[in-house]
Amino acid sequence: MTIDLYGFGPALAAGALMTVKLALTALCLGLVLGLLGALAKTSPFKPLRWLGGAYSTLVRGVPELLWVLLIYFGSVNLVRAIGEYIGMPDLTLSAFAAGVLALGLCFGAYATEVFRGAILAIPKGHREAGMALGLSKPRIFTKLVLPQMWRIALPGLGNLFMILMKDTALVSVIGLEEIMRQAQNAVTFAKHPFTFYMVAAVMYLGLTVLAMGTMHVLEKRAARGFVRRT
Amino acid sequence: MEWEVILKWLPKLMQGATLTLELTAISVIAGLIVAIPLGIARSSKLWYVRSLPYAYIFFFRGTPLLIQLFLVYYGLAQFDVVRESALWPYLRSPFWCAIITMTLHTAAYIAEILRGAIQAIPPGEIEAARALGMSRFKTLVHIVLPRATRIGLPAYSNEVILMLKASSLASTVTLLELTGMTRTIIARNYLTVDMFLTAGAIYLLMSFVLIQGFKLLERWLRVDACQGR
Repeated sequence: MTIDLYGFGPALAAGALMTVKLALTALCLGLVLGLLGALAKTSPFKPLRWLGGAYSTLVRGVPELLWVLLIYFGSVNLVRAIGEYIGMPDLTLSAFAAGVLALGLCFGAYATEVFRGAILAIPKGHREAGMALGLSKPRIFTKLVLPQMWRIALPGLGNLFMILMKDTALVSVIGLEEIMRQAQNAVTFAKHPFTFYMVAAVMYLGLTVLAMGTMHVLEKRAARGFVRRT
Repeated sequence: MEWEVILKWLPKLMQGATLTLELTAISVIAGLIVAIPLGIARSSKLWYVRSLPYAYIFFFRGTPLLIQLFLVYYGLAQFDVVRESALWPYLRSPFWCAIITMTLHTAAYIAEILRGAIQAIPPGEIEAARALGMSRFKTLVHIVLPRATRIGLPAYSNEVILMLKASSLASTVTLLELTGMTRTIIARNYLTVDMFLTAGAIYLLMSFVLIQGFKLLERWLRVDACQGR
């Protein structure tokens, strides 16, 4: 049995590429935001702790779709003001940029909790040992805490990335030509909605399986020296 | 912020919030009912019992809810059998499509929560029940399910909050729940940021109330006291 895609195969493939690009870019932003959020939440300064807590609570309490819409439609005036200030009056936020910002923001809020758990899971003695060796605080973080954090945070981050991958479909609402949008376009021209949405669903399944495989390899790599090989 | 305008539209937003709560409540309760047999079958020792729920869970957890919603709302109309069936009046309405999709979607996640909870029950407790002469069915009803409820409740409350947020997707199939209502209002008064932020605040309030409610439920079921192994 072959599925007739009415010539929309290449468009769907281009959509898949866009989805991957969007997910990976949002992942980078989200990891940075999550790390900053976790550092803020575990910092000894109360205002910073409060800020980190407010970020993760507020962002996690509002639907992802609302963030996508708010950032895309709500930033028009702000971006125009910035554009006029820097001398580019017709500066606008593209659907891709808005999607990255929204998904990165949401990923970061959940990642804050994952990273915080990982930071707290590192024995206090390691930090004390670093201090006893005369390492500065940033060096203790980059050389001692960060490399160990990855191993603990990786499973949690993997789950979040699966969620992020599926949330990329939301960006189709603001018109970014990713898998979902391409499927919608195809349906408008060729009808057969079930066929096209099912093909899109299978593409997402494929991406999820791919991400799962990558996570498995990464987790195995990160666990070197901790798990006995059998 | 244009407080007067926000205040003026607040009743409309509340109307949307009611629909959001309705969608969430129906789907998480119906989802739980669908998930119980799924979760039990998923934790079976026999591969042919296990494989069908596994495929179901794999599909619903591996694809975006938005696609599933479109598959049900737009996709089913592709088949004449569906269009001529007695169920068509339901499958044509966006409300029922959203309910069906969200129920099937959340059932997959709840089934996984249940499986985790069932497998987390200390085997000694089940063996003790069997040793006391309880039948397999009696053990399931009196020992396994009450224990699994308490172990799985915190994860279930998470899922309810996630579904509350996921219900915003129903706005894409023309339903006027909180997000859909907000977009309609914005089309009227152009106060994009104010209106979206108000809607966000309402979502925050709703999830806060739900979290507090589940905390009370956990205290009532004495979840903490039952965690001792």
